[in-house]
Amino acid sequence: MSTIPSPVECKNESSVPERGFSLLKYLIIGILFGITFVKAEIISWYRIQEMFHFQSFHMYGVIGSAVAVGLLSMQLIKRYNIKTFDGEEVRVTPKKYNKGTVIGSIFFGFGWAITGACPGPIYAQIGAGFIISVLTLIGAIGGTFVYGVFKEKLPH
Amino acid sequence: MEWIYAPWPWYIAGPLIGLTVPALYLAGNKSFGISSTLRHICAACIPAQVPFFQYDWKKESWNLVFVTGIVIGAFLAATWLRLPDVEIRLNPELKIDLATRYGIHSFHELMPTEIFGYQHLQELRTWIFSLFGGFLVGFGTRYAGGCTSGHAITGLATLQWPSLVATVTFMISGIIASWFIVPFLLSL
Repeated sequence: MSTIPSPVECKNESSVPERGFSLLKYLIIGILFGITFVKAEIISWYRIQEMFHFQSFHMYGVIGSAVAVGLLSMQLIKRYNIKTFDGEEVRVTPKKYNKGTVIGSIFFGFGWAITGACPGPIYAQIGAGFIISVLTLIGAIGGTFVYGVFKEKLPH
Repeated sequence: MEWIYAPWPWYIAGPLIGLTVPALYLAGNKSFGISSTLRHICAACIPAQVPFFQYDWKKESWNLVFVTGIVIGAFLAATWLRLPDVEIRLNPELKIDLATRYGIHSFHELMPTEIFGYQHLQELRTWIFSLFGGFLVGFGTRYAGGCTSGHAITGLATLQWPSLVATVTFMISGIIASWFIVPFLLSL
């Protein structure tokens, strides 16, 4: 496992071009993920308020155990030098720190508490039939667009 | 067959979400992060000569396929793996608070229909909780370089300190918003 810098913070370190059926595996992982989001009520606005009010352990348990399992698996990949299915070395994009890490996170926390959704659950809310969440998605795309337009003028 | 409709506890859901990190790396060296899809959508639909959106988004189409899967999976679970009209088991204090102060008592749904029901589309409050809140999510996550999946889960699982800073910051700002801003917006 190696850490390499990436020109854009995009999430693709594979040198193997993928299209068509090769993308099906991401659809399947996504479906399982969407089912988990609904079944564990992670997409619920109520659960998010409950978490921020320290009224339930549920969401802390979800996030905490997700980090623990993710950490353990990444350590195993590193220790045993486990390769991807295409035989590549696993490459982790480093997260860069700048002022935006803090300023952006403040905005995001506000949005998370108001909508009851971080980006993943927005998609899941739409799938679960909450049509109003389409507005949340449009707002999120708009927010990303505004950031892109004013990026150079914002403190980083 | 009752068990199939029951909500999953955190110790089932959390590890499954955690396994998404190695699953995406092993499937094709993909780093688990969802807010990036918002940028790809901008790059694909409204690039508008903005340098930030000038890149080969098609190379990242796996990410869009992944979130399409989330929409489908959520539909499947909401349609066939949940019983309608079963109350969500929230902390009773929160239920009483929401019901008595803000008239919210749609606890048989995952979302309060008093805010997120399409019947309330003509109310300002609904637009603030969806469109405006969504704007903060999109602007904030891109400014911060990631959201709960990219920073809190992937970033912490790969021991990256900027992700720890981001996670602590958005948890604190979420707590502040939930205690002081959300009650104000609910009373609109």
